[in-house]
Amino acid sequence: MPAGAGFLSIPFEVSPYRLSGTVYGALLNHRSALAALGDAVNLPPYGGPPKAPVLFIKPRNTLALSGEVVGIPAGMPALEVGACLGLVIGRTACKVLEPAALAHVAGYLIVADVGVPHAGHHRPSIRFKARDGFCPLGPAVTARAEIANPDALTIRTYLDGVLVQTANTADLIRSAGRLLADVTDFMTLSSGDVLALGASAPAPQVRSGQILTIEIDGLGRLKIPFMDAAA
Amino acid sequence: MMRARVAYAGAIHDATPERDRLRLADGRIVTAEEVVWLPPFDVGTVIALGLNYADHAKELTLKPQEEPLVFLKGPGTLLGHRGATRRPAGVIFMHYECELAVIIGKPAIKVARARALEHVAGYCIANDYAIRDYLENWYRPNLRVKNRDGGTVLGPWFVDAADVSDPANLGLRTYVNDQMTQSGNTRDLIFDIPCLIEYLSSFMTLSPGDVILTGTPEGVVNVMPGDVVTSEIDGLGRLVNTIAADDEFGR
Repeated sequence: MPAGAGFLSIPFEVSPYRLSGTVYGALLNHRSALAALGDAVNLPPYGGPPKAPVLFIKPRNTLALSGEVVGIPAGMPALEVGACLGLVIGRTACKVLEPAALAHVAGYLIVADVGVPHAGHHRPSIRFKARDGFCPLGPAVTARAEIANPDALTIRTYLDGVLVQTANTADLIRSAGRLLADVTDFMTLSSGDVLALGASAPAPQVRSGQILTIEIDGLGRLKIPFMDAAA
Repeated sequence: MMRARVAYAGAIHDATPERDRLRLADGRIVTAEEVVWLPPFDVGTVIALGLNYADHAKELTLKPQEEPLVFLKGPGTLLGHRGATRRPAGVIFMHYECELAVIIGKPAIKVARARALEHVAGYCIANDYAIRDYLENWYRPNLRVKNRDGGTVLGPWFVDAADVSDPANLGLRTYVNDQMTQSGNTRDLIFDIPCLIEYLSSFMTLSPGDVILTGTPEGVVNVMPGDVVTSEIDGLGRLVNTIAADDEFGR
């Protein structure tokens, strides 16, 4: 199966019934993630906290379904996982206003931003973040109407069944609506796109043989087994 | 062979050059002005290179990277030939970047550089706009700089790899209102095409339709609403774009 092909088969019970394959995400959008950088935020090379949303793209080769094994590259002891709430766009969103932003959302799913642990956010790190299979998502799309408030959802991350992180979307710097407004001011999001809202810090680290599970209120569980990648 | 994708009379068509006109796949002959030009192939992942010409890196007073500086773009930023790209009111420095775009034709996983060009389907011209006002040192250059609607122009033609005898020796030029402002040659790429395919495919599967924008040489200048920006690469044609002001976009 070509990389990313399975992505199209994520169970959808809501329009747009398929994902376009473009997953965007916000880095450092959880208060704990920015706080974890401490004073470094004000030092070179950054020179202050970010003004615009710091965005990343998870390209189609990274997309994977719940239960698909993520390969840990040779020579790397562990991977880190950012557990995010993802918005599935339901209709074209261009320069939307914050109060009306969620009307452009078809539903929600869990997005795991997998990466090779590394220091620094000066440059985007494609080699560390865009490897094949590094964006499991799912397990399905939950319709917007099923979720009363996306800005008050608990995200729990379990490693081999043990709770290792609890976060809440109430602690995002930009809420779902605020982020949609700021992002679509300069880039249009289309039906089927996904926007991940950002993970809390510190990101759990996962070794070969372990299983990470992310659970979000009302969205189910995304299960991610990790194994050493075949050479 | 060169081919375009255009919208004409209610449908999308493949088209080939017919003297100074276009021949649609269904036989109709039309002018370049009668059609709407779209990006000339189904675009997959858009992979862009920063600072990949030594002279441009020097122009920006940055040290070249030991590793390619790679960033990604989404489909919403794509635009065809003869389109308009918005310049927001109040920005100081918006510039074009003429780049050779390399289109993948067959899946590439851990490909050695000696065999890398076997995975290339063809080439086109890219004009990869940036607004430097929005640069921050977080994931630089971030999407607000590089992934704006209409900020990545591709075309006019998809040119088969077989018709480009030496992609490592192609002149690139940009004209602003017919005055040449940028000139370079792909022989000056820091990381050449085989090297980029080897590097990228070492950690990510490249699929047909994925496109690598290989970077731009020196000579980027500010452009203003009304300016006509023409990007030209030897053997690939001329890609025209017009800068538009906010009012055209209802802002």
